[in-house]
Amino acid sequence: MSTIPAAGPNASSSLTKPRRKIDAVSIASFIALVVTTFLMLLPLFFMVSTSLKSKKELLKFPPTFLPETWQWSNYKDIFETLNFGQMYANSLIIGILTVVGTLLSSALAAYGFARYRGKGSNLWFMLMLSTMMLPYPAIMIPQFILFSKLNWIDTFLPLIVPAFFGSAYNIFLLRQFFSTLPDELFDAGRIDGCSEFRMWRQIALPLSGPALATVAIFAFIYSWNDLLTPVLYLSSSDKFTLPVGMSSFTSSRFRIPPWHLLMVASVLAMLPIVTLFAIAQKRFVEGIVLTGIK
Amino acid sequence: MYLFIAPWLIGFLVFALYPILSSLYYSFTDYDIIHPPKYVGLANYQEMFHNDLFWKSVVVTLRYTFISVPIQLLLALGFALLLNQKIPFRGFFRTAMYFPSMVSGVAMSLLWYWIFNPSIGLFNYVLSWFGISGPSWLMSPDYALYALMIMSFWTAGSGMILFLAGLQGVPSSLVEAAKLDGAGRFRIFLNVTLPMISPVLLFQLIMGVIDSFQVFTQAYVMTQGGPNYSTWFYVYNLYTSAFKEYRAGYSSALAWVLLIVVMLFTGLIMKFSNRYVHYEGGGRK
Repeated sequence: MSTIPAAGPNASSSLTKPRRKIDAVSIASFIALVVTTFLMLLPLFFMVSTSLKSKKELLKFPPTFLPETWQWSNYKDIFETLNFGQMYANSLIIGILTVVGTLLSSALAAYGFARYRGKGSNLWFMLMLSTMMLPYPAIMIPQFILFSKLNWIDTFLPLIVPAFFGSAYNIFLLRQFFSTLPDELFDAGRIDGCSEFRMWRQIALPLSGPALATVAIFAFIYSWNDLLTPVLYLSSSDKFTLPVGMSSFTSSRFRIPPWHLLMVASVLAMLPIVTLFAIAQKRFVEGIVLTGIK
Repeated sequence: MYLFIAPWLIGFLVFALYPILSSLYYSFTDYDIIHPPKYVGLANYQEMFHNDLFWKSVVVTLRYTFISVPIQLLLALGFALLLNQKIPFRGFFRTAMYFPSMVSGVAMSLLWYWIFNPSIGLFNYVLSWFGISGPSWLMSPDYALYALMIMSFWTAGSGMILFLAGLQGVPSSLVEAAKLDGAGRFRIFLNVTLPMISPVLLFQLIMGVIDSFQVFTQAYVMTQGGPNYSTWFYVYNLYTSAFKEYRAGYSSALAWVLLIVVMLFTGLIMKFSNRYVHYEGGGRK
């Protein structure tokens, strides 16, 4: 239970300190870590290993740790049998457009909230924050009715268009970031006769790489994983996103679900997220930290 | 300023304010989405209180919230404390713990659907190592909800990252000072660490409660609310009555009750926390 401080400002004291002795508590916590990490990784391990098993091997109990015959063709089969490529493409298109929309509108609104303190700006800001607490199910029925009046049912529009109007979480995150930019930069821009919009585009945005990357990742993950919204709006199977298509696996259509293919789908669904995480790991964690502590 | 926030402002009016208000209006009507809404006064709210499925969903959701959110937080905090020490392979452990949180939603539900399969799944196999013969989990009305709770612990890694960030913000000078005063590990944790990370704890508590009030994916993919309504979550109930039974009026009433409960809960936790949560610099919210 100890919290040994990381070497910080007073790291110099560690010069005189004797080497940290290995005591019972640190051994116990190491063992606890090994056990829990093993249990945490076990399902993931089986996700990958099951995805490479043959249909016959699936029914074995206890489940085999490694496939007896490595059936790599599962990864090809899924694209042929289940419209998987189309679903994947749909999810990617929706995800990317959502990111574009979120970045544009959230960065605009965040700039407005960060650089201007006029009459009413506080009120709007508080209103915006309060929408963060708004549960989606509370507004989904009128939204559904609205979109069905616009004839947008069974199109991607209900999944993409709202992103172009900003989301509170991301606006808040970016505003916090924009507020830390020094005023002098903008004063200099103003003296040079820069318009507000140009200052946004040429001063604020280029300086906000990490924050924008974080917002982009959040927006993509959210869209990529969302089930409820696409379930409401998409009805024809060639428009399904990955979560909708995958969830249909467990429906009664399959008496015994094709577990190996389900796991292939799960592995492939995880791929973009893991890739994003690997590319932007440091920024991602920083971003989580940034939003975590208000 | 208004030029910049215009997109959000329009979005707020069209996608938040208008839906909230019209949802309030629909909640007083009988509405099947096709025919125009018919005003029925408080009938939907009255029906709710006499509807068994409504109460079922309330009980399921609250049970899930009260059991799984605290345990998730404890696990996340525990992992964070363990990983905040100087320990070999710390980076590996952190990534490994966080990894499951990247498999979210449907993929996770499918994976655990297989894990909980009583005849070929992993879970009962692991239990058998310890000589336990497990129940049939998702197929058993007594165990299905517990199965979903167990699954939720798997993503404790995302909370762990937040706690780690909080722990790194605890000034080492405070810990050193407490050590000089002769405080043991447990006392340091209780009197120094815990107060310093209480804002993170509060944030996660609020988010955890709000999220678990809105459980949908697991119920939709894994159990369809069953068996015998044992996983009939509130939002699943709301979804079914709106989009399977086409009772948008009644569903809107459900939505408004959810909205009010979420706001009440958040408000209560905030108020309660003012007494216990420590913010650096005192007055800052």
